[in-house]
Amino acid sequence: MIFPSTAGQTVGPYFAIGLPWSEGSHAVAPGTAGAITLRGVIYDGAGKPIPDFLLETWQADPAGRFADLHGHGGPSEIVGFRGFARVGHEDGDGSFELLTVKPGPLATASGTIAAPHIDVSLFARGLLHRCVTRFYFADEEAANAVDPVLATVSPERRETLLAKPAEGGYEIDIHLQGPEETVFFAL
Amino acid sequence: MTDSGATPRQIYDPVSETPSSYVREAPGIQPPLDFPEYKSTALRHPKQPLIYLPQNITELTGPALGSLAPVGDLDNDLTRQHGGAPIGERTVVFGRVLDTEGKPLRNTMVEIWQANASGRYRHRWDRFPAPLDPNFSGAGRAITDDEGRYRFVTIKPGPYPWGNHYNAWRPAHIHFSLLGRAFTQRLVTQMYFPGDPLFRYDPIFNSIPDAAARKRLVSRFSIQDTEPDWALAYEFDIYLRGPGATPFEEAL
Ligand SMILES: [Fe+2]
Repeated sequence: MIFPSTAGQTVGPYFAIGLPWSEGSHAVAPGTAGAITLRGVIYDGAGKPIPDFLLETWQADPAGRFADLHGHGGPSEIVGFRGFARVGHEDGDGSFELLTVKPGPLATASGTIAAPHIDVSLFARGLLHRCVTRFYFADEEAANAVDPVLATVSPERRETLLAKPAEGGYEIDIHLQGPEETVFFAL
Repeated sequence: MTDSGATPRQIYDPVSETPSSYVREAPGIQPPLDFPEYKSTALRHPKQPLIYLPQNITELTGPALGSLAPVGDLDNDLTRQHGGAPIGERTVVFGRVLDTEGKPLRNTMVEIWQANASGRYRHRWDRFPAPLDPNFSGAGRAITDDEGRYRFVTIKPGPYPWGNHYNAWRPAHIHFSLLGRAFTQRLVTQMYFPGDPLFRYDPIFNSIPDAAARKRLVSRFSIQDTEPDWALAYEFDIYLRGPGATPFEEAL
């Protein structure tokens, strides 16, 4: 028997009671060699920063290892690697910042090579379920050029998925609407 | 931070419980992102069509949360987090986390948050002039057991007004967050209580197109699971997306 899956509902305005953790923004432990900060601002359709959102990221380490339940690829050599970050603000300036390492490339089921990427879930009041996007890295030009997912995105919109090198790491903004609307995915 | 020289890893042999894909959801089950009756969606829903994301290893794995955010003994009892007992109907909320094949998801985190008995959240944005309860914070977490079961002790939250439209009230609900075991399974939802007269007026509840899918967010009163002379009980089972029918059906 196959059961239908449970429907989602908005995270609402009061998620900060339950969801953010201390150290939630650390996908790696502070002080990790090669750690980068990833930051940006999330904008609504009026071009205004969104004060309340919950952003989650999930990724491999530079060697393509995941800190998942089943330990895919074996344990990461990075002590304290989580690969998961959760940043929640209830009344912020629209910005997020997390600490991580750049993930490595990954083989896909169809034999292609996925460029380094981070999967992203965005939750907020006004989002009836999550929006899914990815962060790629603008300085991985060769890898991005053959990435099978980027290949399905029109060249004009591909930019919205590329984090740009910045002081201490990378920067990428998320636009829910507008001329720079971020590419969102159906999973 | 320049082009990675690392050799790409192969897809690992899936261990027994990791499917090679997760089912896509049937239309009508998930609410649309653009839903004008819920006003806050207007400036926040993406307008471009979503792009189909094939499921690969990043989507098929997910965080092991027990070690990230350890769950304490009292984390699943929202009535014992302070010096005294909170006011309200003491209520057991329990159920199972399963996949759509009915297989239990073990060792997965369930997080909840809610208003107090008078419908007020302990949150500075909540200006509803109903009393806060010094003995109630309104947040809990639990890890599912070997049969996918979770259990919380709490008080029944009250309905509360919100600014969406004139005389808008949310039906009583508890917010749920589930990580499942894969990025694909991530779910944030709300559990409701049976027979709430506010259902028909609530755009958030009614944003789910499929009536049966709406009904599945309504918990079931269980006389068998009440604790005599102590607490009422409501059961809420949660189904996260299970294995896809055909391995690699999503291959490019
Ligand atoms: Fe709520």
